[in-house]
Amino acid sequence: MEWYLPVIWAGLIGTAVALYVLLDGFDLGIGILFPFTKKEADRDVMMNSVAPFWDGNETWLVLGGGGLWVAFPKAYAVIMPAMYLPIIGMLLALIFRGVSFEFRWVAKPNHRWWDIAFAGGSTVAAFLQGVILGALIQGINVVDGQYGGGAFDWLTPFSILTGLAVVAGYGLLGATWLIMRTKGPARALGQRMAPQLLLLMLAGMGIVSLWTPLSVDRIAERWFSLPNFYFLWPIPLVTALLAFFVWRWLQHPKSHDALPFMGTIGLFLLGYAGLVISTAPYLVPPHLTFWDTAAAPESQIFMLIGTLFLLPMVLGYTAFVYWTFRGKVAPGEGYH
Amino acid sequence: MEFDPVLLARIQFAFTVSFHIIFPAFTIGLSAYVTVLLLLWLRTGDEKFHRLARFWTKIFAVSFAMGVVSGIVLSYQFGTNWSRFSEFSGNVIGPLIGYEVLTAFYLEATFLGIMLFGWNRVPPWLLTLASALVAIGTATSAFWILSANSWMQTPAGHEIRDGVAFPLDWLQIIFNPSFPLRLAHMLTAAYLTTAAVVLAVGARYLLAGNYTEDAKTMLRMAVGMIFVTAPLQLFIGDMHGLNTLEHQPMKVAAMEGNWNTETSGHFVLFGIPSQSEEKNHFEIAIPYAGSLVLTHSWDGKYPGLNEVPPEERPPVANVFFAFRIMVGIGLLLIATGLAGAYLWWRGRLFQTPWFLTYASYLWPVGFIAILAGWFVTEQGRQPWLVYGLLKTADGISSVPGASVLGTLILFVFVYGIVFATGVYYINRLIVKGPQGAGAAAPAGLPNRPISAAEEAAREATGKSPGDGPGKAVKNKTKGN
Ligand code: HEM
Ligand code: HEM
Repeated sequence: MEWYLPVIWAGLIGTAVALYVLLDGFDLGIGILFPFTKKEADRDVMMNSVAPFWDGNETWLVLGGGGLWVAFPKAYAVIMPAMYLPIIGMLLALIFRGVSFEFRWVAKPNHRWWDIAFAGGSTVAAFLQGVILGALIQGINVVDGQYGGGAFDWLTPFSILTGLAVVAGYGLLGATWLIMRTKGPARALGQRMAPQLLLLMLAGMGIVSLWTPLSVDRIAERWFSLPNFYFLWPIPLVTALLAFFVWRWLQHPKSHDALPFMGTIGLFLLGYAGLVISTAPYLVPPHLTFWDTAAAPESQIFMLIGTLFLLPMVLGYTAFVYWTFRGKVAPGEGYH
Repeated sequence: MEFDPVLLARIQFAFTVSFHIIFPAFTIGLSAYVTVLLLLWLRTGDEKFHRLARFWTKIFAVSFAMGVVSGIVLSYQFGTNWSRFSEFSGNVIGPLIGYEVLTAFYLEATFLGIMLFGWNRVPPWLLTLASALVAIGTATSAFWILSANSWMQTPAGHEIRDGVAFPLDWLQIIFNPSFPLRLAHMLTAAYLTTAAVVLAVGARYLLAGNYTEDAKTMLRMAVGMIFVTAPLQLFIGDMHGLNTLEHQPMKVAAMEGNWNTETSGHFVLFGIPSQSEEKNHFEIAIPYAGSLVLTHSWDGKYPGLNEVPPEERPPVANVFFAFRIMVGIGLLLIATGLAGAYLWWRGRLFQTPWFLTYASYLWPVGFIAILAGWFVTEQGRQPWLVYGLLKTADGISSVPGASVLGTLILFVFVYGIVFATGVYYINRLIVKGPQGAGAAAPAGLPNRPISAAEEAAREATGKSPGDGPGKAVKNKTKGN
C-alpha cells in the first residue's frame, strides 16, 4: 500500500496534466493564432469554436495543482515557491484570456483591447507553462525539505527554449483544431499556420531530447544504458513517423479534417511520455520522489475512492458537452 | 529595505480572496435565480420568465468568468505563498479541495457551456437542467471550501505527528464544529446578496419607466426572498456567534470590543478599540445586554481579551468595526424586507417612489456585508492560521519579500483594470435591459444579428419582444 498508492496518484496527476495540456492547449492555441488574422469575423469564428469548452478545459489545471496538493503536499510546497514568479505570471495571463471570452462580446464594437488581452494572455500563459516545465526538468534546489533557491532560478536559456516550444505546440493544436472544426477563412488560417508550427514544435522537441541527456547524467543513463535502450528506441522512431504523417495530411487538403488534430495529440503524448521516462520517479528532480513527498496513505485512499467514481462521471459529461456542440462552426453562424 | 514577507503575503491573500468572493457570492445566487426563472418558464410557458432568465444569464456569464479566473489564482496561492501551511494541512484539507474540484468545479464549468451556449441547440428542459447543475455545482463548491476554511477555524478529527496534521476521522474533519453554521450563513448571504441586486435593478427600471412588466416580476421575487432570508440570516448569525464563543472566545471578545471578563455583561454599541491601551475610547454600552445576547442569560460572563497575552489577540478594531458593518446591513435588509412586504400587501410596491429610489441604491450592501463578515472571521482567527495549531507567521513560503511585493503590485494593477471593467460591463448589460422575446444570443455569443433574431422570434412566438432595444438607448443616458 505504502508503495503503490503514490504510484497510482502520480499516474492520475500525470493524466490530469496531460489532459490539461491537450485541452487547454487547443484553446490557448486559438489565442496564439489570433494575431495572424485581422478580420473580426474570422476572430469571432475562432473564439466561438472554443467558447463553450474553455472553462471545463481550464479546470484540469485546477485538478493538476489541487491534486498535487492532495497527493504530494511536500512536492506542492516546494514546487510552488520555486516557480513563484512564473506561476503567478501565468495566472495573471490566464485572467486576461479568460475574461476576454465574455468581455470581448459585451465590449463590441470597442473590443480591440480584449482581442489583445486574449492573444497576449494566451501566448504568455503558454510560454510560462513551458518555462515551468523546462525549469522542472532542470531541477529544483531543495534545502531541508523547503525550496532553497532564489527568485529567478527558473530563468535559463533551456527554460526559455521549452517555453517557446510550448507556444509553438499549442499553436499547432489550435491550428489543427481550426482545420477540424471550422470552415472558410478560419480553416484556411489553420491550414496556413500548421506546417510552420509543426516544424517549430519538432525543432523544440528535438533540441530538448538532445539537450537533456547531454546536460543531465541521470537522464542520459535512463535512455542509453542497456537494456533500457532496447525498449526505448521506438519512441523517437514513432514520433518521427507520426510527424511525417501529420506533415503529409497537412499538405493534402483532401485528407480527413480531424487527422491533423489527432496526429498532433499523438505527438504531444509521445513527447510527454519521453519526459516522464526522463524524470520518473522524481516529482521534484533531482531530490524528491513520489514516495518522499506522498501524503498520508489515509488521505490518498480517501481521495482515491472518490476519484474512482467521480472521474468517469466528469469524463462522461465532458464528452456529452463536446458532443452537444459537435460539427463545424461556419463563418457568420454561432451557436444560436 | 527589508520587506516583511508574512505581512505582504497576508495582504496579498486578503486582496485576492476578497476580490474572488464578490463573484461567487453573486454567481451562487444568480445561477439559482436563473434556474428558478427557467422552471417557471417551463411550467407557465410565460415568455416573460424566459426573457428574464436570458437577461440574467448574460450577467451571470460575465461574473462567472471573473469568479473562475480569480479562483484559480487562489488555489495556487496556497502553495506559492503559504507552502508551510500547505504541508502542515495537506493531508487533512487537501482532499476537501480535491473533492471540490471533482464534485463542483467540473460540474459548473462543463454545464456552463450548455447554459450559456445551448439556447438554440438543446431543448428547454435540458437548458434548465444545465442551469440547475451549475447552481448545484456552485453551492457544492461552497460546501467543500467552507469545510476547509472551517477546519482552519475549528480543527477536529485530526492528530499532529512530526509537526504535520494527519486525518483520523473524515466525518469529524468535514463536519467540524463551525462548518454547518458557516455553510448556512454563507449560502444565505449569497442568496440575500443576489436578491438585493435583483431588487435594485427592478427598482431602477421602474423608476425609469422601462421594462415595467419584467421589473415588477423582479421586484416581487426579490422582496419575497429578502423578507424570508434576512431574518433567517440574523437567526443563523446569532447561533454562529454562540458557537464561536465556545470555540474561539477571543474572536468574540474582539467582535464585542470586550477587554475585561468582569465587564463582559455590557453590550458595546460603539467605541474605538485601542489595541495598545487595552480599552475602548468613546464607548457607548448597554449594561446586561451583552450577557443577554451571548449567554442568553441576565448576568452571564464570557472571556475578555485580557485573558490572553497581547500577542495572542486578534486586531480588535478591524474585527469590531467589520462586525458592526455586517450586522448593521443585516438589520437594514430585515427592515427592507418588512417595508417591501408591507407595501406589497397594501398594493403600493410599484408606486412608492421613496421605496423604489431607496431600493435602487441597495445593490452593493450584500457584497459589503459578505466582505465584512469574512474580515471578522479571518482576522478574528489571528494570530492563528489553523486555530490553536499553526501560527500565521509559521505558515509562510520561503519566498523573498520582494517577490511577494512585486506580485502584489501586479495583482492590484491587473485586478483593478480587469474587475473594474467587468463591473462596468455588467452595468452596461443592465442598462441594455432584458431583450427580445428570447431568441437573441446571450452574452459571449456569436455574431448576433440581434434584430434578425428578434424578428424571427417575434414570428415564431407571435409576441412582441417587450420593450425593445429602442428604449434601452434612451435609458443609456441615465447611467449610474
Ligand atoms: C472567500 C471569502 C474569504 C475572505 C474575504 C477571506 C479573507 C481573508 C483575509 C482578510 C485574510 C487576512 C487575514 C489577516 O492576515 O489579517 C485571510 C487570510 C487567509 N485566508 Fe481567508 N478569506 C476567505 C475565505 C477563505 C477560505 C475559504 C480559505 C481556505 C480554505 C481561506 C484561507 C486563508 C488563508 C490560508 C489565509 C492566510 C493566512 C492568514 O492570514 O491567516 N480563506 N482571508
Ligand atoms: C443580521 C445579523 C448577523 C449576525 C448576528 C451575523 C453573525 C456573524 C458572525 C458571528 C460571524 C463570524 C463567525 C465566525 O467567524 O466564527 C459572521 C460571519 C459572516 N457573516 Fe454574518 N451575521 C449577520 C448578518 C450577515 C449578513 C446580512 C451577511 C451577508 C449578506 C453576512 C455574511 C457573513 C459572512 C460571509 C461571514 C463570514 C463567513 C462565516 O464565518 O460564516 N452576515 N456573521
